[in-house]
Amino acid sequence: MKVTVTVNGKRYERDIDPRMLLVHFLREELGLTGTNIGCDTSQCGACTVHLDGKSLKSCTCLAAQADGREVTTIEGLAQGDQLHPMQQAFWEKHGLQCGYCTPGMIMATTAFLKTNPHPTEEEIRHALEGNMCRCTGYQNIVAAVKTASERM
Amino acid sequence: MRPPSFSYQRLSSVAEAVQMLSSTDNAKVLAGGHSLIPALNQRLSQPGTIIDIGRLNELNGVSVTGSSKLMIGALTPHAVVAASNNVRRYCSALATACGQVGDPQVRNWGTLGGNLAHADPASDPPTVVLAAGGKLHTMGPNGERMIDAADFFQGLFTTALQPDEILTAVEIPIVADRKSAYAKLAHPASRYAVVGVAVFLNTENGSCTNASVAVGGATAKPTRSAAAEQALVGTALEDAALDAAAAALTNEIQGDAVGDIYAPSEYRAAMAGAMLKKAVRAAMV
Ligand SMILES: Cc1cc2nc3c(=O)[nH]c(=O)nc-3n(C[C@H](O)[C@H](O)[C@H](O)COP(=O)(O)OP(=O)(O)OC[C@H]3O[C@@H](n4cnc5c(N)ncnc54)[C@H](O)[C@@H]3O)c2cc1C
Ligand code: FES
Ligand code: FES
Repeated sequence: MKVTVTVNGKRYERDIDPRMLLVHFLREELGLTGTNIGCDTSQCGACTVHLDGKSLKSCTCLAAQADGREVTTIEGLAQGDQLHPMQQAFWEKHGLQCGYCTPGMIMATTAFLKTNPHPTEEEIRHALEGNMCRCTGYQNIVAAVKTASERM
Repeated sequence: MRPPSFSYQRLSSVAEAVQMLSSTDNAKVLAGGHSLIPALNQRLSQPGTIIDIGRLNELNGVSVTGSSKLMIGALTPHAVVAASNNVRRYCSALATACGQVGDPQVRNWGTLGGNLAHADPASDPPTVVLAAGGKLHTMGPNGERMIDAADFFQGLFTTALQPDEILTAVEIPIVADRKSAYAKLAHPASRYAVVGVAVFLNTENGSCTNASVAVGGATAKPTRSAAAEQALVGTALEDAALDAAAAALTNEIQGDAVGDIYAPSEYRAAMAGAMLKKAVRAAMV
């Protein structure tokens, strides 16, 4: 089937198998491998992107469901060499170790700040319920989100 | 993980979707996909055709009709139900339950109707819809039906919905001065309910005049507890009354409680009592 998806502001038209998941569309059709796959059960959040501005686990969505819609991935956040404030804050606050969960963390938290621009620490922790990190213990991730929220 | 092969149709009206559903073998409706896609990925479901109703905006939204009914379209996402002022005002237990489903990503895209149609025993909203005395509106080849929640939920992943019917809306009666709450013991990794209890209460001069209690997660389908309701009515909902109601609930579901390696049935039955007390206290704040 034919789908047209706007990803990071660019329109892509592709002929796909209806069973293709959005995460595979991004990684394999478009070569946007910043969006990671960390589980088989829709739980880890490594694959989080924005669909029409709202956070979504792209492993739990058919590419067909994104037809005619807008997707933003981690590759779409920086403006040239200028990191997004959330990316900058993750860097400064050491919000990552191996980095595998990081694209999903950043996409989940940038969507979250649109609904709650000045969150408390507890609200940040709640907002991360769908994103797992096996390295950091979350402390520095929370600090990074707090820092970004103060700058944005 | 990749889903098995299927053909895909996106339809633009309920009538069209019902027509397609009744004329296609082994077809399944796709709403938010947050139960169906994980099931496809794990080969628990292998439909020949997927009928995507996700963009039927006519089924999306919350409204109040007259002053007696809260109507919630089947495709309303959990996050929208949780944030709706009308739901918070007339059925706060449902706002709480939808606000505790999974995580923010799941709540953005998973729908209330999909959740109820899927009837996962570990789901949150079915317990609340049952305790509220809700009604499920459906559309099929023979027209509309309205099904009481008490008849709708029939067992593990089993409802009164026919294979060619679509759930269109959930109706919650608005009862004057009725208070409600939902308390959940969430599984620490999946966030699904190990046990969830919904209570709806009326009081007059400090005394409980009406109580509706339902438990989910601990049982194969959401279940009303007449014993717990009786233990609450006529009391001032004081600690001793809550202890008695909790014991009555634990006792009533003990034989039917489900168990697994995370939470054995005795534990779930005991926690049902604890969640009941928590819910009553939250409702009365
Ligand atoms: C990581 C994760 C955590 C979760 N945690 C929780 C939780 O804590 N509590 C909880 O309650 N739920 C939880 N869920 C499930 C979530 O609530 C789902 O969104 C919901 O159960 C299904 O809704 P959906 O719109 O995604 O339905 P879909 O997945 O699209 O459909 C589910 C089933 O219902 C049928 N269906 C859907 N809509 C209709 C309709 N209108 N008429 C007829 N049939 C229909 C489909 O054919 C399918 O069989 C979780 C899901 C995930 C992925
Ligand atoms: S890959 Fe784990 S939630 Fe999508
Ligand atoms: S930094 Fe390694 S999983 Fe989060």
